[in-house]
Amino acid sequence: MSAPSPLSIQVSRLTKSYGSHQALRGVDLTVKTGERVALFGPNGAGKTTLMKILATISKPTSGGVLVEGVDLKDKPEAVRRRIGLVGHGTFLYGHLSAYENLDFYGRIYDVPRRRERILQVVEQVEMNPRLHDRVGSLSRGMQQRVSIARALLHDPSVMLLDEPETGLDQRSASIVWSALLGSGSRRRTVIMITHNLERGLELSDRIALLVKGKIAHETPTAGMSLERLRELYNAHTGAKE
Amino acid sequence: MNGSRASRVGLLVLTALLFVVALYMVFIFVPNIKNLRADRIFYFHVPVDWAAFLAYFVVFISSIAYLRSRDNKWDIVATSAVEIGIVFNTLMLVTGSIWARPNWGTWWNWEPRLTTALVLWVVYVGYLLVRGYASGRDQAARLSAVIGIVGFVDVPIVFLSTTWWQLQHPGHLVFETGGLAPSMLAALMVSLAAFTGLFFVLLVERVSLKNAEAELRMLMDSME
Amino acid sequence: MSFWKKVAAITRKDALTELRTKEVVFTVLVFAILVIVIFNFAFGTTPEALALVGPGILWVTFAFSGVLSLNRAFISEREAGCLEGLMAAPMSREAVYVGKMLGSLISMLVVEVVALPIFALFFNLNVLSLALIVTTLLATIGFVAVGTLFSALAVNTRAREMVLPILFLPIVVPVIISAVKASGLALTGGSWGDMFQWLQIIIAFDVIFLVVSYLVFGYVIEE
Repeated sequence: MSAPSPLSIQVSRLTKSYGSHQALRGVDLTVKTGERVALFGPNGAGKTTLMKILATISKPTSGGVLVEGVDLKDKPEAVRRRIGLVGHGTFLYGHLSAYENLDFYGRIYDVPRRRERILQVVEQVEMNPRLHDRVGSLSRGMQQRVSIARALLHDPSVMLLDEPETGLDQRSASIVWSALLGSGSRRRTVIMITHNLERGLELSDRIALLVKGKIAHETPTAGMSLERLRELYNAHTGAKE
Repeated sequence: MNGSRASRVGLLVLTALLFVVALYMVFIFVPNIKNLRADRIFYFHVPVDWAAFLAYFVVFISSIAYLRSRDNKWDIVATSAVEIGIVFNTLMLVTGSIWARPNWGTWWNWEPRLTTALVLWVVYVGYLLVRGYASGRDQAARLSAVIGIVGFVDVPIVFLSTTWWQLQHPGHLVFETGGLAPSMLAALMVSLAAFTGLFFVLLVERVSLKNAEAELRMLMDSME
Repeated sequence: MSFWKKVAAITRKDALTELRTKEVVFTVLVFAILVIVIFNFAFGTTPEALALVGPGILWVTFAFSGVLSLNRAFISEREAGCLEGLMAAPMSREAVYVGKMLGSLISMLVVEVVALPIFALFFNLNVLSLALIVTTLLATIGFVAVGTLFSALAVNTRAREMVLPILFLPIVVPVIISAVKASGLALTGGSWGDMFQWLQIIIAFDVIFLVVSYLVFGYVIEE
């Protein structure tokens, strides 16, 4: 394995069209290794579309994406190994237990020493007592925790989070964030989509505003106040036309 | 596909000419012998069958092109070709029926070419129906492209199986195509050329109409 | 080899889910029995009539049950965004296709293994012939090869229960024709030579559509 590159994610002039609708109109975004970026924007701005492309679920219409130096177009599988995805849906099969779900993902992600690793991540999200219960019988908060465990299973270096705390109670939310952002393990690169300005400001090193398919503004969060962030947000997404 | 005005008019004129010649040949030129092939409808039925097949081949090619490029223009070509193909397909079934009746006494038999045409008719009508059930243009195009490919690939297998099935059930009629007199062959060829021209004329018109509609939609979208 | 490992993981997951819920197999089995019963009342007046229409009834039953079974194939992937989860995983789209296809194949074979003896019982025909078993296996492969592809497409549409039958049934007409003929020959003690003519068609169908579906699947599930 070569030395980790300083740049984790490089998106250049990325466009994505669905038929005649242009979801992304030329996105440029660079994320350094270990950096945490909060992605804000109004609904329909293209945030989820961007995440889907980074996760290789969708293909770009034009433009380039490099993840840890690997080109998405050439080697999508290599990119997928490095990425952990947490989304609105839990990606869990309701009729199977948490353990069986994790075992399945462990197999398709080629996780070595699967059983050990499963117990490890389950510990991190504090889901041990319910490990063998049907996922369908778990509360939303618990399901999301299992989903996080699934995302961490293959120890990805990049985490893509699409509003991971929607519908979670306080306790689940704090477990989720501490598991995602790591404790002791090497700092992961994170791109998170959230509508929660406060949380985003608190947890990220940089914020990016995506409006109508383009990055309208990017800035480090060091020393920024919540009011300032609100101002910026409103300025760029305020009354259109 | 929005060829220049001149070439479109040229194609139209050429096709019209071919039809005039074909009509002359079928009604005046071909000797008036009382046999199967003298049924005038034969010169209509076979070319229409060919035109439907050509249409479905165009669907096949444009479907592959769509899946690889995701360019909507291929979806437009494919859908237009399906519509025209279904029209020709329907005509083929109707003329086949009309031809069968006076010669064999039944409106329908399970003759392999007719049966294959019927199955294809269902497949491509399905193509159009299913587009309506898709949630969004993009998904409709993807779904249709698969049908366009799978349907066409199925044609030889359907034909083969219906042919062999029919061989086991004697008493059903068989449409022979061998043994045509030269004049009849010539008439048939002209007719084939005329219908091929007609297919392309219709395709070009339909595609440009759809393209215009798409442009209009885009203009309307960008005005919001 | 990693390809087959991931295929196996998917098939295993589907089999596990099916064992747990028994949803698909039971529903389809009950449906199959109902169809056989109804057809018996529709056609089966004398033992001779039964022997004549038997193969046809068998394959209509399997075709319609197949549609029911295939309809379920991708439903579990639609919930909770699981299909996207599979797409984001380091496995090829083709591996997803093969995994789901094998899962559906197993489901359908289980139903057929139970339905055939019941069919034999009702129609007083001998189903334990190797020829019939081979025919059933080959035809089922054809069904799932093309059915899995259509199922993945249909699952996101509005009327998915209707989309799959409309698309699937006309395409598999050659398989049904050939399977009925081959089964008929198998039940009346025909020679392998005679049957081979029909089995050839099914085999050709299987090969062609396995290849086409394999190639097209990836293009189709991506947005």
